[in-house]
Amino acid sequence: MSERAAKVTPEEEQDDDQITDSAAPDAATESESTTDADAETTTEPVTSGAEAVVRALENAGVEYAFGVQGGAIMPVYDALYDSDIYHVTMAHEQGAAHAADAYGIVSGEPGVCLATSGPGATNLVTGIADADMDSDPMVALTGQVPTEFVGNDAFQETDTTGVTTPITKDNTFSSDSDRVGSDVSEAFALAREGRPGPTLVDLPKDVTKGETDREPDAPKVPDTYRVQERADPEIVDAAAERIETSNKPVMLLGGGVIKGEASEACREFAIEHEIPVITTMPGIGAFPEDHELSLEMAGMHGTGYANMAITHCDTLIGIGTRFDDRLTGGIETFAPDAEVIHVDIDPAEISKNIHADYPLVGDAETVVEQLADAVDASPEAKKWRAQCQQWKSDYSMAYEAPEDEPVQPEFVVEALDEATSDRAIVTTGVGQHQMWACQYWTYTEPRTWVSSHGLGAMGYGLPSAIGARLAADDDQEVVCIDGDGSFLMTLQGLSVAVRENLDITVAVLNNEYIGMVRQWQDAFFEGRHSASDYHWMPEFDKLAEAFGAAGFRIDDYDDVAETIEEAIAYDGPSVIDVHIDPDANVYPMVPSGGDNGQFALTEDQL
Amino acid sequence: MKRGLEGPSPEERPTPRGRRNKQGIRIDPEVEATYEPRRTVISALVEHEPGVLSDVSGLFSRRQFNIESLTVGPTEDEDLARITIVVEEPDPGIDQVEKQLRKLVPVISVRELEPDAMRRELALIKVNADRPAEVAAVADMYDGETVDSSPETATIEVTGARQKIEAAIDTFSQFGIREISRTGTTALARGTDQTAAPEAAQPADGANQETYTQTANDD
Ligand SMILES: Cc1ncc(C[n+]2csc(CCOP(=O)(O)OP(=O)(O)O)c2C)c(N)n1
Repeated sequence: MSERAAKVTPEEEQDDDQITDSAAPDAATESESTTDADAETTTEPVTSGAEAVVRALENAGVEYAFGVQGGAIMPVYDALYDSDIYHVTMAHEQGAAHAADAYGIVSGEPGVCLATSGPGATNLVTGIADADMDSDPMVALTGQVPTEFVGNDAFQETDTTGVTTPITKDNTFSSDSDRVGSDVSEAFALAREGRPGPTLVDLPKDVTKGETDREPDAPKVPDTYRVQERADPEIVDAAAERIETSNKPVMLLGGGVIKGEASEACREFAIEHEIPVITTMPGIGAFPEDHELSLEMAGMHGTGYANMAITHCDTLIGIGTRFDDRLTGGIETFAPDAEVIHVDIDPAEISKNIHADYPLVGDAETVVEQLADAVDASPEAKKWRAQCQQWKSDYSMAYEAPEDEPVQPEFVVEALDEATSDRAIVTTGVGQHQMWACQYWTYTEPRTWVSSHGLGAMGYGLPSAIGARLAADDDQEVVCIDGDGSFLMTLQGLSVAVRENLDITVAVLNNEYIGMVRQWQDAFFEGRHSASDYHWMPEFDKLAEAFGAAGFRIDDYDDVAETIEEAIAYDGPSVIDVHIDPDANVYPMVPSGGDNGQFALTEDQL
Repeated sequence: MKRGLEGPSPEERPTPRGRRNKQGIRIDPEVEATYEPRRTVISALVEHEPGVLSDVSGLFSRRQFNIESLTVGPTEDEDLARITIVVEEPDPGIDQVEKQLRKLVPVISVRELEPDAMRRELALIKVNADRPAEVAAVADMYDGETVDSSPETATIEVTGARQKIEAAIDTFSQFGIREISRTGTTALARGTDQTAAPEAAQPADGANQETYTQTANDD
């Protein structure tokens, strides 16, 4: 039913095979470019820096690029004009960065965003910072004023590499037309190798306009960048022994499990040894939430049972997680009785926040396989598993939804889940709706949960749905569960969704509040609703129609199922303005810095 | 109005016994232990390209690492530069400094130096020259060299370990110090032990048996 952007030209159809090939992880880009050259007699040698940039993108297998035109980036856009890469013109560069980020999450390959110098580049910053916090592979290309003006406060000049140094995995000011193509290739390799992240290449206009016949080198990381794939076998053995002898083990799967394609290995390991599994928020989808062993998400708004289990376990197997404070709560009370086995590809994550008793540096999939080989006997944890099941029923996520009350948001999330397939992709803004989307949607597959975790950037929902739509398979629905405040921040992206005829459904959980703030004000600021009451919200269904999208509205329970069905069935972008109970709050909740085991189930317990 | 989920309230839930310290290390509830900060020298070999120094210094400021001094200069290989950093941090922090530095793409190798490494700093001390003979005597005491003198002032160059510089400044202060400029510490490992090498960060066996001229176990 879902139909992607109407973008396939006959020429592109021929290239389809090649595109799929090159999008595969670890594709040998070198051999591809040779195939390219053989298959496509039309491949002209590059003549300018800008053409070399575009050639580098093509060599890396780029299908889509998201961006906005502008003076300093014009030469690159001019070169894109002749390329098969499909450029999605966004309504704001923040949207371009979020779309590229989501594309990277769903496809596993770096998403590409482009912006001009100065304001274009600074508008990308939120999206780059988001990708950095969540280790999403992304390549940002920014125009820059000509080299001779750099440092003179020229028109639209910003020190982009300076601004983005703290929020990129690596960035480069490209200073040579002969090198610029290779700089972009290298940025690609760096974005996806090891711990993924955003890279940026700043492109002065004279460098992209400049003549060159140098084809870009194949994507390759610099020699100084070394990744350890396999963990130290001695520590693996020691960790295996710890697992075998533990009585209360849990696995904690983070976003690195999904990025490292380790979901399958983790599932097998957990199921074989019957170890209860918790995920972090970025780790959602790494383990099927409908499986008996799943305790779902832990942390500030994690389930009560996940937080009980993480607090009481004796062995914590953390994989691809950085132990963010929203997960751990107060360090002192985090898994206080547990010996910690920590698997991560980034050595700097080991013992950064939580001390690792068994540090296992390496690729998540490889190390889990090492562990699987080393563990001979399953832990004796029958009592523990029974305890976990007991907690599941004690602290069940059941909510009340009386017919006569305003619509409860949990009900809407469940209805959306029911109306879509298992592989549907959910994207969100940031706030209460994001937490309900975590809690009340049952995720079973990796790369189906797309959200702004570490940065928590409102406005992420719609642009990320655009990027996700283009990366997703045709039969995967894309649903954006947004908040009214978050949607308002980037809703100009609707124009893009309409132009590209992207089949996405946005459900705005409209409480006329920036609800998460209101919830905190109720709990910690004596109900003083300073600047959190958004009673001046537009009618989002009508707004959608003004953009050319389909608009729907839900006011009571009777409408929910039917309207959702209609909106999902609509072939193109649709927006449902869901008027929910404005006073609904998110529980359980661990106050920030609190003890995970002391989560509150009601406001009175805060 | 009571909203929320059902289940035993926080007071009715069991609480585990253990806890962790601020550094995330599990501690015995009885004997609480935290690491005390210590001062150490970290040496990094980096590609000599524009922006590395700001990458490194930016890393220190945004991660709130307690940096005492940072010096940078070229090496025997013109494509490489050496950055010497003196930090004061508890041990897990020093570990983080090294790991975070290693993550920077232009950084080739990082190493914490042994306490016996050679550490030197240079200071220019400008004092009032009312008593030139005494100034010269103090300069002599610290192997200092007078690099500039005028009827009113004398400027003395002193090199050595941090303590020596500090002692010299202390002694010179009797004349009235006008200005001081110090470089911060630079350092190299002793003997054949390599300070920072592309591959092996391990100290070579028997590295420290060479004879040497000056000792500065302090820094
Ligand atoms: C860009 C940005 N600005 C401010 C915040 C702080 N913030 C966190 S949640 C939130 C409320 C979000 O409101 P809304 O999108 O309406 O979602 P709700 O909580 O009502 O579901 C705010 C303002 C943020 N996360 N991001």
